[in-house]
Amino acid sequence: MPILSLTIWLPILAGLVIIALGNAISRQAALGVAVLTFLLSLGLWFGFDPGTAEMQFRESVAWLPSFDVNYALGVDGFSMPLIVLTALINIFVVISAWDVIKDRTALYLGSFQIMTGLMIGVFSALDAILFYIFFEATLIPMFLIIGIWGGPNRVYATIKFFLYTFLGSVFMLVALIYLYRVGGSFSILGMHFLELGEKQQFWIFLAFFAAFAVKIPMWPVHTWLPDAHVEAPTAGSAVLAAIMLKMGGYGFLRFSLPIVPDASGQLGIFMIVISLIAVVYIGFVALAQHDMKKLIAYSSISHMGFVTLGTFIAFMLIGKGDADGVALGLEGAMMQMISHGFISAAMFLCVGVIYDRMHTREISAYGGVMNVMPKFGAFMVFFAMANAGLPGTSGFVGEFMVILASFKANFWIAFLAAMTLILGAAYTLWMVKRVLFGEVANDNVAALTDVTPREFWMLGGLAFFVLLLGLWPDLVANVMHASVENLVQHISIPKY
Amino acid sequence: MDNLAIATPEIFMLVATCGVLVASLFVQEDNRTTIYWAAQATLVVTLLLSFGQVGDEATTGFKGAYGIDGMSTVLKSWILIVAIGGFLYSRDYINERDIARGEYYVLGLFGVTGMMIMVSAINMLTIYLGLELLALSLYAMVALSRNNSDASEAAMKYFVLGALASGMLLYGMSMIYGATGSLSLSTIHEILEGKSANSIGARFGLTFVIVGIAFKLGAVPFHMWVPDIYDGAPTSVALFIGTAPKIAAFAMIIRLLVDGMETLSVDWQRMLAILAALSMIVGNLLAIAQTNIKRMLAYSTISHVGFLLLGIIAANPEGYSASMFYAITYAFTTLAVFGVLLALSRGGYEAVNLIDLSGLAKRNVLLAGVMMVSMISLAGVPPMVGFYAKLVVLKAAVGSDFLWLAIVGVAMSVVGAFYYLRIIKLMFFDEPVVPVSAVAAPDVSAGLAINGAAVVLLGVFPGMIMAACVAAFA
Repeated sequence: MPILSLTIWLPILAGLVIIALGNAISRQAALGVAVLTFLLSLGLWFGFDPGTAEMQFRESVAWLPSFDVNYALGVDGFSMPLIVLTALINIFVVISAWDVIKDRTALYLGSFQIMTGLMIGVFSALDAILFYIFFEATLIPMFLIIGIWGGPNRVYATIKFFLYTFLGSVFMLVALIYLYRVGGSFSILGMHFLELGEKQQFWIFLAFFAAFAVKIPMWPVHTWLPDAHVEAPTAGSAVLAAIMLKMGGYGFLRFSLPIVPDASGQLGIFMIVISLIAVVYIGFVALAQHDMKKLIAYSSISHMGFVTLGTFIAFMLIGKGDADGVALGLEGAMMQMISHGFISAAMFLCVGVIYDRMHTREISAYGGVMNVMPKFGAFMVFFAMANAGLPGTSGFVGEFMVILASFKANFWIAFLAAMTLILGAAYTLWMVKRVLFGEVANDNVAALTDVTPREFWMLGGLAFFVLLLGLWPDLVANVMHASVENLVQHISIPKY
Repeated sequence: MDNLAIATPEIFMLVATCGVLVASLFVQEDNRTTIYWAAQATLVVTLLLSFGQVGDEATTGFKGAYGIDGMSTVLKSWILIVAIGGFLYSRDYINERDIARGEYYVLGLFGVTGMMIMVSAINMLTIYLGLELLALSLYAMVALSRNNSDASEAAMKYFVLGALASGMLLYGMSMIYGATGSLSLSTIHEILEGKSANSIGARFGLTFVIVGIAFKLGAVPFHMWVPDIYDGAPTSVALFIGTAPKIAAFAMIIRLLVDGMETLSVDWQRMLAILAALSMIVGNLLAIAQTNIKRMLAYSTISHVGFLLLGIIAANPEGYSASMFYAITYAFTTLAVFGVLLALSRGGYEAVNLIDLSGLAKRNVLLAGVMMVSMISLAGVPPMVGFYAKLVVLKAAVGSDFLWLAIVGVAMSVVGAFYYLRIIKLMFFDEPVVPVSAVAAPDVSAGLAINGAAVVLLGVFPGMIMAACVAAFA
């Protein structure tokens, strides 16, 4: 049974049906689809053999034979955790929208189901054109979600989001077509073994960089993210931060590193520098925010800096012949992506919970929320700690691995990266202090009611996963060992 | 005796059109749907005849002036399909205005006949005849609404510039005739290959032929007429000009440049590359500044012409089939866009400004959905069919070392995405400002739904049309 195709197409087709059927039972239907998709992804997880770096659950059908485009799918240790994460976050998204979205509910929930299918497609495509199609197609539902249900400045934000990411990825398309011209195939795995010269690699790297650096996003092409996050509805921000940004990190691991390893190595220092700028500078920017969502958005950029740092520190370590350190950095990047998926989604959902009651995201409008919403306060403090990288939560694992790998490469890089432990704690805890603690600030806050059971289980579920990954990181790390080792070997051999 | 069978669809079409012309004289003014159905019946029967020829072996007849091959049968079928859709969408629009006379349909049918002749012609003179039959019908259609001064002005401009372009084309053809001594494209090909021809003369002629083609296509810098005509002509006629003739023009380029002068490909590749780059840049940049939908679509057409040329510039069968795919998919995507505009232009109201689309999702969700899908497709975003069209032409361009052109193309497609997104924004994110309800007739709604579904489904399963396009140049 083509279980991978099923996991992709079930939510897409069901999403279309939900939109067509209208609002009556759309919530129940969407929840059913989300749970079913997650069960399918769990089926993949338990059927996955972590002992090999080979692609598993492979499917391949000629799709556009006259132009050599295949419908080719498969998962390895990099894509497997991301697929499960995508399916899991989708459930929380449906729950978060349950009583909140009253306008065109079916279209809202249907769009999220379609987007989930497309994002799983991104993580499992083995054909470059298929990858591009899924990668770009996710823009359409997100464009509508921000544009229809977003905040006051939604039109600006959504068009900026669309054009920014579209501009980045069209250059990737040209690079993919060029690689086809060189190698005669759109197979991504085939592209990994193309013998490319120095100049070719340089330009192809830049094209991939344009696509993935915008998506993840790296400083200085990050400016679309705060706008999109602030204007998007709660669930839109959660999916954007939890999954869509990961498509950029995944792209670096799947395309840039294996296809153009030498250019990645030569430009590695450049990548490390802008990653550090993201970690440190954006951390300071986050400190200055008045809007909770914007603060979390900047915190996301700063955390994504760790992903790119962990990815590209690899090349400094290869120079030193430290293969273990390379693997540590790459695994740290992956762990950071998974962990950030849960934590950022949880943070945005937390903001959503109080936004639904107060209809403002300004930090100054709050104060002393803890007094009236103790359960909510507990969750928010917990997620804030996780965001700041508290040991025992998933937020610590990835950051620690990346900092450790950086130490092996260069003390000062590690020093700057470790600044995040201070900065992250500063901006998150300061926000928590201003929102939750102190005297009850005004009558609006005094009138707040604590979390409903729906919200309790939604936040509780996410808290469970944040703790689970923090206490038992091997659960995810084991799955990717083989693939990481394979990638380390692959990028250690120069192509020319 | 010549092989008349190859021209069965055209012969039937011509006879039936004359029948419609005569019949329209006797039909009462208030009974004009009869003429509509007669015209549709003519197109449908012709489509069946033409579809029956798909897959037939390439044959020539009429002393080498006319022939069918893999390309012509497929393109004719698509021209007819697009024309059927065009008449369907136009019906209610023209019924409400003073242009719903028998002539409208008769001229339209003659225009379609002209396109079919262009597609099948393998002799320069036949090409010219087909082109003029099409062009004269279009001039008259633009001018049909006599009381509208904009339309009359547009018709005049169209006529003068079109005649100039025809003159250029004819002059180029005569130069080529002088250089090779033949009007038959296959003979010209042989002579040019044998190097016995006066190659300077042939190149000179080629330049004029390209100018003529660029005029007809609306490629920059020969694009000035396009926005004015789209704007001035009744929307139903703008639909007619903006859709099927692009398919016919593609066929004309293939006939003249590939069948006739492929040996001079180095020369026409360079000329077309400049035209393509300019069209993509100017078309997309100027489209942003438009507030009138029809003018915006006109500039969008110009930019798509640039993309269409990318495949031809590749000068290999892969590129030609890519361009063929582009022309076909462009025609039926644009058909859907104009179909929505026509459905909105009802009750004495004209949907001409972008603002008229505001809040369309709340007024009629089907129309908004079809429009959205078409806009995404025109922007070249997957998974709509427009993405594959762009993919295959870009692939062809990269494959023949026109990497810079591909980069210009993708960069400009991002610029293009802006104004297509703006339409989606107006329809879905904004509140309606126009009080008129948007109701389309049931058959028009069904047609638009099928048209919109085709834009999506052919995007997910592009293989069928693609295979036909590849087979045409195998």
